[in-house]
Amino acid sequence: MRVIAFIIVCLTGALLLYGTTEFPDWGDPKSPASLHVSNYYIEKTYEDTHAPNFVTAVVTDYRGFDTMFETAVIFTAGLGCFLLLRDFREKKEHYYQHIPTGVILHLKDEKKSLPVGKEFGYMDKEWVPPDLINKTVCRILIPFIQIYALYVVAHGDYSPGGGFQGGVIFGSSLILLAISYDLKTLVKRIKERLLGIFAALGVLIYAGTGVLCLFMGGNFLDYGKLAPLLPGHSDHIRAYGMLVVEIGVGIAVMAVMTIIYINIVSEGRHDEGL
Amino acid sequence: MHWPIDIVVLTFVIFCAIAALSVKDLLATAILFGAYSFLMCLLWTIMGAVDVAFTEASVGAGVSTVFFVAAIFRTSRRTKD
Repeated sequence: MRVIAFIIVCLTGALLLYGTTEFPDWGDPKSPASLHVSNYYIEKTYEDTHAPNFVTAVVTDYRGFDTMFETAVIFTAGLGCFLLLRDFREKKEHYYQHIPTGVILHLKDEKKSLPVGKEFGYMDKEWVPPDLINKTVCRILIPFIQIYALYVVAHGDYSPGGGFQGGVIFGSSLILLAISYDLKTLVKRIKERLLGIFAALGVLIYAGTGVLCLFMGGNFLDYGKLAPLLPGHSDHIRAYGMLVVEIGVGIAVMAVMTIIYINIVSEGRHDEGL
Repeated sequence: MHWPIDIVVLTFVIFCAIAALSVKDLLATAILFGAYSFLMCLLWTIMGAVDVAFTEASVGAGVSTVFFVAAIFRTSRRTKD
């Protein structure tokens, strides 16, 4: 069976490699992809939108409808992860640490619980004491990662980057907090409900911008019609519209990445994990 | 003539892909997959697609490696085949 699979894979690979010989050369100006709309984008994007990075202009303005549904796909991924993995049942056993002595208590009765405070602290079954060096380095690093993420979102129309990348970097900074401290620190800072609201809010900002353009008398996601609502010169209004949309994408992606991580690492229980 | 750095990176990409398939330890596979994504990110940069490279670096090399490690943490580390 393995031999047959190997032969089939080799044949398919050979066919695909044979197919690539018909491809146009890399950077060929006569290739079909560069003949029709590319020239228009390269020549007219700055006139139309005043966004120097025309990849962002294509993604969020010319092809804004696509990106809206991509954001909806990300939202659906987070929703699916939540519905599949989330487990609301209480844990049967609890571990506590007596902080002054360092003694670990294991309560097998699910009814009993100890007040968590100065005397007793929560404990994980797979508990590893957070390393001082890791904790300190991550605590210093996380704010800079978050500021960089905000920069990536805000400069989406000037430099590479945008809502997706910025959102992922912001989500990673929250995941780094969970890894370097423990999962409870993250869950305590950002409630699950808040993450869900953020994920929905991001999609709502994107779609809401489109609907707002409809109310202002334009087409769906026609940012040019937002001129009376936003400050600044009316030439740059499309770039501002893109920025608003990118912020929506960033919020949604940030929340969804964190939801997926928390649900995977704690088997949906949101109590202990990496 | 092109500086053959793209050939070098492409060789490493293929090497990483084969290694990720053949290694038995799933944690090593996750890390190799991260390396694969990072090399792909270099390849996008060489071809001038900076936005795609940025996405590959943040999503492929960054957050998906963490998701793999989290999934391995909750399942088993050794593969059966």
